[in-house]
Amino acid sequence: METHFFSDMGVMLGRSMRHILRSMDTIFTVCITPIAMMLLFVYVFGGAIQTGTDNYVNYLLPGILLIAIASGISYTAYRLFLDKQRGIIERFHTMPIARSSVLWGHVLTSVVSNLISVAVILLVALVMGFNSSAGILSWLAVAGILVLFTLALTWVAAIAGLSAKTVEGASAFSYPLIFLPFISSAFVPTETMPSAVRVFAENQPVTSIVETIRSLLSSQPVGHDIWVALAWCVGIMIVAYLFAVHAYNRKAA
Amino acid sequence: MENVIEAKGLRKSFKNTEVLKGVDFEVKRGEIFALLGSNGAGKTTIVRILSTLLKKDGGTVTVNGFDVASKPENVRHAISLTGQFAAVDEILTGRENMIMIAKLRHLKNPRQIADDLLNRFRLTDAANRKVSTYSGGMRRRLDIAMSLIGNPQLIFLDEPTTGLDPEARMEAWKIVKELADCGTTVFLTTQYLEEAEQLADRIAILHEGRIIAVGSLAELKKLFPQAKVEYVEKQPTLEDIFLAIIGKKEAM
Repeated sequence: METHFFSDMGVMLGRSMRHILRSMDTIFTVCITPIAMMLLFVYVFGGAIQTGTDNYVNYLLPGILLIAIASGISYTAYRLFLDKQRGIIERFHTMPIARSSVLWGHVLTSVVSNLISVAVILLVALVMGFNSSAGILSWLAVAGILVLFTLALTWVAAIAGLSAKTVEGASAFSYPLIFLPFISSAFVPTETMPSAVRVFAENQPVTSIVETIRSLLSSQPVGHDIWVALAWCVGIMIVAYLFAVHAYNRKAA
Repeated sequence: MENVIEAKGLRKSFKNTEVLKGVDFEVKRGEIFALLGSNGAGKTTIVRILSTLLKKDGGTVTVNGFDVASKPENVRHAISLTGQFAAVDEILTGRENMIMIAKLRHLKNPRQIADDLLNRFRLTDAANRKVSTYSGGMRRRLDIAMSLIGNPQLIFLDEPTTGLDPEARMEAWKIVKELADCGTTVFLTTQYLEEAEQLADRIAILHEGRIIAVGSLAELKKLFPQAKVEYVEKQPTLEDIFLAIIGKKEAM
């Protein structure tokens, strides 16, 4: 009955968007830590950090956005966990609907709510002196990479939400993800790091994504970073998707 | 009479524990069938297999003429499940919950269907309130109302009155009787003997992984020696007293 996939998914999307709109505090909670970090790094540490640019907000913003997304996706894990625990997924599964629409509804909701968070943080960054010479195409490319990054991490969140035994477990997985930008070029250039840390920092996904977004926003050539970034996002997304669907079908068996 | 459910030699194990060791029963169209058993007897496991949520290990099970293992989609068109815990969306309102299910069943006029059922279950006044503000009885009513959307031929009620207060329980019983009067087949699990006695046309007793007795109340009674006539003083139960006092209060 996959013919109903889009209408079923529309219903699921409408449902979880209502959840978001009725708990706008979740958006603020997601925004507040990255904004606080941005303030702290710009106005407290920033003066002492040598990045080779004159606008540290510009340098910092891509990493801050990734941190916001990494914490935002834990709500997807939380919502999926509650649906599973309260028997709502089972109710849907005894109905003649496209089963995958349940997961896709949550995933698309995650993309929308994370884009809202990103927009809020962008506004704050503008007030703090962020500026960009990027044209519309570069902005679209930035949006595309952020959406891909959100999708990749949301599918990771889906695995956590579907296989967790407790609410805490469902959201705890996102802590290391939030920490990852710190060991990258998001806050400081990697040159001053000890070699082992530097090797890790330069080869983990966040650095290539941050470098790509930074180049796009400052109208610099993106070089091969963009391909590395895309490969990471798509790779993580595919692997996480397969595991999430496996976890979902096992619950549904 | 035609059978809506036929289970033969149904088996299911979890890890090393054999929960169902060959369960056989039939449910006839239009009847209220009660599966009676103590906690952990495997009642919910049977419901989950019949409602396509769980795969069986062995035996054959058909619902509405379709094999649950090979034709789950056809089975899902004929059934509705009301689980042990009210599976309602707490953040949505009662009406939104109803409309959501009507849309997922791909029905025309989801709003009209929602309003009619909300009215029938006396939830119209609360329809635009978030379900998180509902009482246990109201949630259960909404839960059952959601199961009725699209007029499924067979409804599974897994311990529908566990955790309800006496008033809400009687209300749930009334609803179940009304369902059966409208021709819906009801498959009900319960651990309360009184519930089975009140509602069921036929009762099956599940014990240690097998159905050890099945039949109407009268048939089951025949399994026991003839009733003795004894004279006892009939004291009102606490439930009688409770309901009488509540009734008086409401009449005032």
